[in-house]
Amino acid sequence: MNQFSGWKYGVIIISVILSLVYALPNLYGESPAIQIMPIKSGEKIEPSILASVESGLQEKNLAITGLIIEPFSIKIKFASPDEQLAAKSYVQQVLGESYVVALNLISNSPSWLTGIGALPMYLGLDLRGGVHFLMQLDLSKVSEKKSDGLLQDTRKLLRDEKVKYFASKKIGDTIEIKFRSADALSKAKDIIRSQGGGRGIFGGSISKTTEAYEFSEINNTDEFILLVKNNDISNEDTVSFALKQNLETLNNRVNELGVAEPIIQQQGKDRIVVQLPGVQDTAKAKEIIGRTAILEMRIVDEDQSSPENLETLNPDNLPLGTELYKDRFGNPILVKKDIILTGERIINAGPGVDQQTGQSIVSITLDSAGANIFKQVTRENVGKRIALLLIEKNITEVITAPVIKSEIGGGRVQITGMRNAQEATDVALLLRAGSLATPMEIVEERTVGPSMGKENIARGINSTIWGFLAIAIMMASYYMLFGVISVIGLSVNLLFLVALLSVIQATLTLPGLAAIALTLGMAIDANVLINERIRDELRNGNTPQASIKIGYEKAWGTILDSNITTMIAGIALFMFGSGPIKGFAVVHVLGIITSMYSAIWVSRSIVNYIYGSRRKLDSLSIGEIFKVENN
Amino acid sequence: MEIFRVKKDIPFMKYRGISAVISTLIFVLAIAFLSIKGLNLGVDFTGGTIMEVSYPEAANIENIRETLVTLDLTDTQVQNFGTANDVLIRLPIIPDLSIAELSEKVAVALKAGNRDVEIMRVESVGAQVGDELYEDGALAILFVCLGIVLYLTMRFEWRFAIAAIVANLHDVIIILGFFAFFQWEFNLTVLAAVLAVLGYSVNESVVVFDRVRENFRKMRKASVEDVINNAITRTMSRTIMTHLSTQTVVISMLIFGGEILNNFALALTIGILFGIYSSIMVGCPLAMWLGTSQTNLVITKPESKNNSEAL
Repeated sequence: MNQFSGWKYGVIIISVILSLVYALPNLYGESPAIQIMPIKSGEKIEPSILASVESGLQEKNLAITGLIIEPFSIKIKFASPDEQLAAKSYVQQVLGESYVVALNLISNSPSWLTGIGALPMYLGLDLRGGVHFLMQLDLSKVSEKKSDGLLQDTRKLLRDEKVKYFASKKIGDTIEIKFRSADALSKAKDIIRSQGGGRGIFGGSISKTTEAYEFSEINNTDEFILLVKNNDISNEDTVSFALKQNLETLNNRVNELGVAEPIIQQQGKDRIVVQLPGVQDTAKAKEIIGRTAILEMRIVDEDQSSPENLETLNPDNLPLGTELYKDRFGNPILVKKDIILTGERIINAGPGVDQQTGQSIVSITLDSAGANIFKQVTRENVGKRIALLLIEKNITEVITAPVIKSEIGGGRVQITGMRNAQEATDVALLLRAGSLATPMEIVEERTVGPSMGKENIARGINSTIWGFLAIAIMMASYYMLFGVISVIGLSVNLLFLVALLSVIQATLTLPGLAAIALTLGMAIDANVLINERIRDELRNGNTPQASIKIGYEKAWGTILDSNITTMIAGIALFMFGSGPIKGFAVVHVLGIITSMYSAIWVSRSIVNYIYGSRRKLDSLSIGEIFKVENN
Repeated sequence: MEIFRVKKDIPFMKYRGISAVISTLIFVLAIAFLSIKGLNLGVDFTGGTIMEVSYPEAANIENIRETLVTLDLTDTQVQNFGTANDVLIRLPIIPDLSIAELSEKVAVALKAGNRDVEIMRVESVGAQVGDELYEDGALAILFVCLGIVLYLTMRFEWRFAIAAIVANLHDVIIILGFFAFFQWEFNLTVLAAVLAVLGYSVNESVVVFDRVRENFRKMRKASVEDVINNAITRTMSRTIMTHLSTQTVVISMLIFGGEILNNFALALTIGILFGIYSSIMVGCPLAMWLGTSQTNLVITKPESKNNSEAL
């Protein structure tokens, strides 16, 4: 009655072997390495650079211990972190700015393991060291800008369509346009509505059939007022678009930072998580990531910019539709509120030198929409100045305001007015990496130093190993052979858990390591239940074979119930937990699943293998059983 | 070896009056500590910054305090953490200064004082995020309680479900009471431990209730009290072995886990110890008091039949 059919043994043996293979990479450890990636993600690496890097490193006496070539990156392993650092600075120097050279740790497991997708467990930041940022988008700016854009778009539309209005202004998030006739108002309304394809200031993707605005009217005897407001759909669209752009921008910036395996993800509606493993210079990371620079191009209001006029301007009472800023030399510049272009239209930017003046410049390339707008605006504004505004930390500065000499087509623009080459490089980087659609603030930071990470790993592993050994001794001495079988089941459980975590590449954190230890302590419950049940049956006078069978059967229901309740807690932790707690939850839940399999199937298979085929079985090695005489 | 050589069932339920008094007393005490002293919430929940820094030699706490004062940081805590070389600095949320800038400012100032200082860990949480984490934590506890009650109602019946969850919450309140009394820091990791205890300690009730149900089928003539006493006595050996194993691991964590896992392991220890007591002396009497009897349990068919195929 206690015999498994061959296929059951087969399944168990195969699952154990598979787990062994997939858990194996964890034993090999990691080597320091450098990772070479093109600065623009998605570009392939020129094959020729590898040879030059290799020979260069050889000359410098930096021995390459391993080389992994992938389409989008080259990873070079070294024996020591010192060599790794030396190699990084050397390679960066050789390759220049079109490549990023990042430090990384790469598994030493043999290539056949990597080939079948067997990787070591993915360690969280608290175990490998690094920085975690949670960034919050400032959405107040988004809707404000959007209503600004709406006002400008509407004015332009009405002018183009020759609909006469006599006043227009923005009140909060609503724009107000006053007409002389009801006719003009309804015509204007139709025009605005037909433009409802919702190209807000940050673009957007509302389909044309969706109403993007909310209208209301006030009809007086001599004036007809139209109120227009972006509706919720349109605002949501703008927010998600702003978030997408910020994500992309962060991606580019982190790329420039040279981090091997960054994680940049949306969290919730208006937050972004940035995780940079191995980053030690947190100050630099914060500076580059946190830079909230926004670039805008606007036309200077030349009509009211005579020197006398500028001096007498009252900042609280500026001419309609203008704003007053200062340029780098402290001179006031009066610019129009209409934004011609923002940084999002820039597809490339690089530092350079003006061949005529020798000044440092930044040359930028606009995308086709940007190029069209730029062409039109420069045609209409020849002789006027175009101002480039950089908005950083709520301070707006006019970097430069060159005079438009002629229409500029083709989308290639040069920005002069850089102080020096360094600044040209910085501005180019900022423009190339993109600007943010809306400012962000770091609302959570968790930094773990590299030595702390190592310590944490040792803490987690020691807790697990010593806890495991103590349990093994207890079980074996209390339940004898059945105790030993339980311990084997427990070891297999540990193996399954490690293999599973490696395969799904779930992030392992310090609480996760604690969960592995805790899972072992809890998983033994199933074995204890089974062993106690078998003892019970023996005590009740059943034969050993029957006791095994009934013991396992009766224990099963209890094990299921108790594991499901534990699972409920695990799932809640996963749903509501964040960061390290999620790590705990994942391991906890997986551990419950593996422990049920190993306690019920694996341990049963061993018991069956040992006892199942014996016809005459007088006793089980399950420890001394105390019998109650009167029972 | 057999630890529990009991000839007769231990009359646990006879002492339910005493245990009710004890439980109420501990419960009231825990609530009192919670309301008077309150929990020492970590930055995860309050918002703020903690920085763990390590010096090559014994750290000069006074110096660090003075450095912080020069930065206009007054409402701070500086204390040793684990060893004399390691220091934990707690900073509140400073208005008009982003958390990212704050930790950087302190790091720069400390490095200026001693070049060899190493920043081991920084945890900064903004006020809003702290509130959210607090809310999520409360939601998680609520979710677990509801989930467990629902499942146990399905598998057993509502009386057991209520009894089990009250026994569980009793443990949770006691853990929180301990944390309030000793003013141990309560952070996200400890919350994870509390939730793990919720899931774990309900096992205990499930195992006993399982036996109770089985006994109702077998011991048709026995009184409810005898049935429960027998169930507890018969599962005693398992109770001790299981908790001993889990506690062994937790002790291993207390020894090797370092400061970060310390409070986590403490919460588990309290949860495990009181979990044994509460499932026996709170859960069972409560189930009895709610009127558990043969009639409302035996209807369920023995489920071992259909599951035996799987083995």
